[in-house]
Amino acid sequence: MEVSADDEKTGSGGHAGGPDREAATGSREQDAPATKGERDRGAKIADQTSATTPEADTDGQPDEGGGSSPSADPQAESPATATATALQERTEREAEWEELARRYRADEATIDFSTQLGAVATQDEAELLTINMGPHHPATHGVLRLLTTLEGEVIRDVKPIIGYLHTGIEKTAEDKAYWKVIPVVERMDYLAYYFNAMAYCGAVEDLLGVEVPKRAQYLRVIHLELNRIMSHLVWLGTTMLDLGAISILWYAFRERETVLDLFEYSSGQRMHTRYFQIGGVVEDIPAGWATKLQRFLDEMPTRLDQYEAMLSKNEIILQRLKNVGVLDARRLQEWGVSGPLLRAAGVPWDLRKATPYSSYDDFDFKVPVGTIGDNYDRYAVRVAEMRESVKIIQQALDGLPEGPTITEDRKVALPPRHELATSMEALIHHFKLVTEGMRVPEGEAYFPIEGPRGELGCFVRSNGSSKPARVHMRDPSFVNLQAFGDMARGEYIADMIATLACLDPLLGGIDR
Amino acid sequence: MTSVLAGPLSAINYAEPWYVQIIKALLIFAIGFSLVPLVLLYERKLLGRFQGRPGPNRVGIYGSMQPLADIGKLLFKEQFKPRGAIGWLFIAAPLISMVAALATFPLIPFSGAPQEILGTKVGLYGLDSDIGLLIFFAFSAIGSYGILLGGWSSTSKYSFLGAMRGAAQLISYEAAQGLALLGVVMTTGSLSLSEIVDKQDHMGLWFLVPQIVGAFIFFVATLAEINRTPFDLLEADSELVGGFMTEYGGGRFALYYVAEYVHLVVAGAMFSTLFLGGWNIPFWNGAPGFLDPFVVLAKTLVIVSIIIWIRATLPRLRYDQLMSFGWKILLPLATLNALVTAIVLVAL
Repeated sequence: MEVSADDEKTGSGGHAGGPDREAATGSREQDAPATKGERDRGAKIADQTSATTPEADTDGQPDEGGGSSPSADPQAESPATATATALQERTEREAEWEELARRYRADEATIDFSTQLGAVATQDEAELLTINMGPHHPATHGVLRLLTTLEGEVIRDVKPIIGYLHTGIEKTAEDKAYWKVIPVVERMDYLAYYFNAMAYCGAVEDLLGVEVPKRAQYLRVIHLELNRIMSHLVWLGTTMLDLGAISILWYAFRERETVLDLFEYSSGQRMHTRYFQIGGVVEDIPAGWATKLQRFLDEMPTRLDQYEAMLSKNEIILQRLKNVGVLDARRLQEWGVSGPLLRAAGVPWDLRKATPYSSYDDFDFKVPVGTIGDNYDRYAVRVAEMRESVKIIQQALDGLPEGPTITEDRKVALPPRHELATSMEALIHHFKLVTEGMRVPEGEAYFPIEGPRGELGCFVRSNGSSKPARVHMRDPSFVNLQAFGDMARGEYIADMIATLACLDPLLGGIDR
Repeated sequence: MTSVLAGPLSAINYAEPWYVQIIKALLIFAIGFSLVPLVLLYERKLLGRFQGRPGPNRVGIYGSMQPLADIGKLLFKEQFKPRGAIGWLFIAAPLISMVAALATFPLIPFSGAPQEILGTKVGLYGLDSDIGLLIFFAFSAIGSYGILLGGWSSTSKYSFLGAMRGAAQLISYEAAQGLALLGVVMTTGSLSLSEIVDKQDHMGLWFLVPQIVGAFIFFVATLAEINRTPFDLLEADSELVGGFMTEYGGGRFALYYVAEYVHLVVAGAMFSTLFLGGWNIPFWNGAPGFLDPFVVLAKTLVIVSIIIWIRATLPRLRYDQLMSFGWKILLPLATLNALVTAIVLVAL
């Protein structure tokens, strides 16, 4: 009892205790025979092939073995050759697999699994402590797992491990009619459901060549920007919670509630609203919605002032955020990082400006950028973005044009209810759309938009049927997470948490 | 002057007959324990108000039974122990925390002259020792053992990191905390808590005014000592899950939890005793004696409210920032404060 307790203690202390190291070596030795066994099997197969091949070659000649072999028959030549070829192919395939497995094992070897054994491996690393954060950890923003190697309180290495929230949404989408995919993709990045729907609908609209009415485009912009504010509010609340400022969470969620109420009012749902349709939006905004929205728009800037009064001048917040998690623009671009993270490093890259979609070029707004790309810039950029979003919504609301909210194309959008009673054609369209769905011409489309976390793109390939052949999302959280190791290395453990929070990863979007 | 703790180290200013002392001890224990749920509820309600929500309001009237429900729930949970935990230390650690926290409570004087209760003269304090302040520091130092041993013996890496932080933090802040009080002690010329209050009574001036720097340092150091925001690194939930008490659950967790709130109350009471004139009511010298305990409690409540307010407002410091703040700012400032006080005292 005493001894085992002692060992455990040593393990937790980060000093490689004798038994622990033995365990580590033991498991590696266990790995080795398995590998050897596989190699043996491969060799056996190769032997069989080499044994068979001469037999096929020497076909027709007297059998050296002296046994009664059917291969003496010339007619059996082609099946024997076929077998040989098949075996040859199989050997090649096995070799290929072997190679893949070897590469996989090499990859796997770079992951430090020493946490499961309780101690680090070598004597040189005896001062290091490997700690497994997550997947159930209060600050990993979902089910992210961080294998963290600490030296004291300083991060020496961190390896994010994902996949705990994999839902197979992309695969599910292939089995659904085009319009039934919308609610599924909405559930990927669960704080940016309007963006997911927008990216998907945009891609399908590109394939269909459908023109979205102006009013629908404006309504989309209003909802997208509301969603952006909502997402940034959740980010603000949770990030400050990670820094220890607990009250901001409640203030941010108070405003988020207002936004969610607006969503509920316009679409009937608070989250995953399914408001965007292929070709427009599902219905016009209800009476009184504009007034409510206006009230929110009037209130939001003062709320943002309040947040900034509480945070931007707080010495502790500044000390915790400034010059922490710095990564320069070049490195960020190498990692493919986009969105507020890239803009915080001073690159004014915003898809709303670069490739305007959904009438974004009608609105006057600025792209806030930071200077050095530390956590403070990330915070400041996001808060400024909320202000810009308010401005965009205000302009869209003021200039909201009249007209239909969904395309008139009856092959894409459902006919209005009143037509069903009078028009046979409308009835047929309705029936076809509801039972089979729309048929989309063959082709591929990629539709990138500026999500709250960066470039959110949807790739759709159509094979001409009523179901997409492939739906893929380029999720910004997933791509941005790559840069996390570079940001966090050398920081304190508390700063790593802050950096992760400022990265704003959403596991629903990462794992999909 | 009969001395109960007769020894070379201390003299007791006033001691009652033994049966009164036993009753007093039980009463203090009961009061200390019943203050905990009250403060717990008060904190949750106040935090709720700060954050624009009602706070607990389901259990009992105005949520009054919530703390009891929480503690009850904890007590009936399974006593879980990690496989690698060092058995007796794992069990003893929360007890050390608890005992050390409760032991400081009797030191708080709740009234000046002994009160006449049922014909017996009773001093409204557990122990009025000549070295009351030293005993207070001794027990808060012992309290840190509870944290260290708890974090160490549970053999979890999170607990271990929390305990390491705890060790560093408590040591560095204790020095500043002690030095900050030198001004008060020098002015009074005594370590007895009741004499410190008496001195403020005589001067007609709370130590908060002449010792404002000391009061500030003591307050900040106390926040670090009792692990409250912005110094709650030991149990920084966003980094270390639960810090040193990650592996604790059920009754043992409840012990830590209760100890924390006893610490909070004692910190508030200690501050009001040292700097806010204890039972002294300004501009009313003839205040009846039975008001004294309530005055002390009211002042304690003010300090506790401020501590909760800070928790609602401020984020957490980083480990290195905390250390450099303690060693590079608080400690020199406290030393300077003691020096200046000494010079002024000699000059006057």
